Amino acid sequence: MSKKRKWLETTYRQAAERPARFSTVSDMELEPLYTPEDVADDYDRALGNPGEYPYTRGVYGSMYRGRPWTMRQFAGFGLPEDTNARFHFLLSQGQDGLSTAFDMPVLMGYDADHERARGEVGREGVSVTSIHDMARLFDRIPIGRITTSMTVNCSASVMLAMYLVVAERNGVPWEQVGGTIQNDMLKEFIAQKEWICPPVPSLRIVTDMIEFCAKKARRWHPVSISGYHIREAGSTAVQELAFTIADGICYVEQALERGLAVDDFAPRLSFFWNLHNDFLEEVAKLRAARRIWARLMKERFGAHDPRSMMLRAHAQTAGASLTAQQPLNNVARVALQAFAGVLGGVQSLHTNSMDETLALPTEEAVTVAIRTQQIIAEETGVTNTVDPLGGSYAIEALTDRMEREAMDYIRRIDEMGGMLRAIETGYPQREIAEAAFLYQRQLEKGVKTVVGVNKYSTPEELPIPMLKIDPAIEERQIQRVRKMKRERNSVAVREALSRIGEACRSTENLMEPICEAVRRDVTVGEISDVFRAEFGVYKDPGWI
Amino acid sequence: MADKRLRILVAKPGLDGHDRGAKIIARALRDGGFEVIYTGLHQTPEMIAEAALQEDVDAVGLSVLSGAHMTLFPEVIRLLKDKGAADVAVFGGGIIPAEDAKKLKELGVRQVFTPGASTEDIVKWVRDNVTPRQ
Repeated sequence: MSKKRKWLETTYRQAAERPARFSTVSDMELEPLYTPEDVADDYDRALGNPGEYPYTRGVYGSMYRGRPWTMRQFAGFGLPEDTNARFHFLLSQGQDGLSTAFDMPVLMGYDADHERARGEVGREGVSVTSIHDMARLFDRIPIGRITTSMTVNCSASVMLAMYLVVAERNGVPWEQVGGTIQNDMLKEFIAQKEWICPPVPSLRIVTDMIEFCAKKARRWHPVSISGYHIREAGSTAVQELAFTIADGICYVEQALERGLAVDDFAPRLSFFWNLHNDFLEEVAKLRAARRIWARLMKERFGAHDPRSMMLRAHAQTAGASLTAQQPLNNVARVALQAFAGVLGGVQSLHTNSMDETLALPTEEAVTVAIRTQQIIAEETGVTNTVDPLGGSYAIEALTDRMEREAMDYIRRIDEMGGMLRAIETGYPQREIAEAAFLYQRQLEKGVKTVVGVNKYSTPEELPIPMLKIDPAIEERQIQRVRKMKRERNSVAVREALSRIGEACRSTENLMEPICEAVRRDVTVGEISDVFRAEFGVYKDPGWI
Repeated sequence: MADKRLRILVAKPGLDGHDRGAKIIARALRDGGFEVIYTGLHQTPEMIAEAALQEDVDAVGLSVLSGAHMTLFPEVIRLLKDKGAADVAVFGGGIIPAEDAKKLKELGVRQVFTPGASTEDIVKWVRDNVTPRQ
């Protein structure tokens, strides 16, 4: 009998155990104890030292002793000028990278003056219709030095083109422009659900961007393979891990089919994870992700460049875990989630603000969120040694288990013919909806606790200050867009749009024609209309 | 008529893709014994009002998490009224500040559910407050 089994049957059996379900937030049951018997004994194969294959302990040798993670708060609201002011504020508070939130019309490929944009302009992000807005957004920001992240997907090609043209007009060559664009269309169909055209042409545009960046903008990360939204939609941690890696596999396969060599583009693929409440599960997820990706890139795709095998990741604390009730409690949640991210070895981090379940964050709330990261980095001491949780029996056993369970999903998706096919049948969508429903049930039955909501609730809530978006900005932006459209050279606009149409109908890379169009003041909605006409419009199948 | 099963349209107006809540509510209402039709994402108020008439529903549940509720909810109510269906009960949920919820109720939204509301509360509210259209 193993020592652990003996302990379970003697010492543990005699001890008291609460009548509870000892499971993670994703409902993964844990054992009472993990011991050396639960962890792999081949250190080099399972873990390796930091900066070495398979990167379980971190992608860089010195990790935060070399450089702390990038503190990158996602921001965007109102007119480009409003967000520009917030960017300058964030940089003045010690933040070292920018992250742009666009409004819903941008995210769905509509101009601010479109009928479907009513009520949505500048509300959930910043309004950008033309190159002029992009120039206002990055006014007095040194885009040759600062890296920028842009959260946009189906219209990402247009936003990247606008950003590059703004750089060009500021005398910064494309080769020097560093940053990331989310551009992960597969997870849009799976979870975030902002799209223009169906999956196949959407994937073609993504692949065009991977190819274009590999050739013309080599410091730019053309896809941020995102588990964040999959988790927000209600998936488990294993599903987040598995579906995201399966999306990554699909992008790699597409780029290889395009004729690119794996080491020419893979070092520029990056990842974006959710940081949820369950501390051990999240740390294990981040470590498992690095090991899975390293092995896939080396063994399945034959990568040689170690950078192709290194899963570098941004992470954001879980928006869906925040509560409208007792909102100050969110500060504690965010701190613990961010702590899991840091102990999981992420490269950049966004900490949510306590008020984000109610509205976009106020400046005061954002400041607390940044300070939370600074406290972790500079007060807690966890940056003094690399991967301090490595070797914890529980963490290593959970890391192995996350890898095993995620690989089961990945194999199933491979058997379906890959993620594109799986999405078309609704497989990941249904798995997530099922997990979300189950979690809601567990909450309502009290199996899972949300402090301040289904336990320890208080009848009277103290209101906290909230950011309000002035409804008048919509009208201002509409007038500005209309004026721009009246004054530009309409012949040049029409030519540029028909060039994009031709590129859509051929196999030509779309990015150069899109860059040329934005130089001529063509808007995001107009280019998206070409996509709609050429590729068709995707409709939500509405599975419940 | 008393035992006629209520028909509910769960609708997702606006441009955002946050359908986690709408789908959970749709499923909970179905489990609660109602006939549920879900529109899918990215519906315009016109599409929703049209679907409400075509499907002959007794109530419409709107889910908005993009902040555009003050534009979208009243528009659905106005269109239903224009089409002679002012008696279709409109309720909704999402990230809706208390003061907006109050205004929406004045504009004819029958109930507004905010984060933390349980599916049981919503099913119960429908059962107690929605009556079959004549």
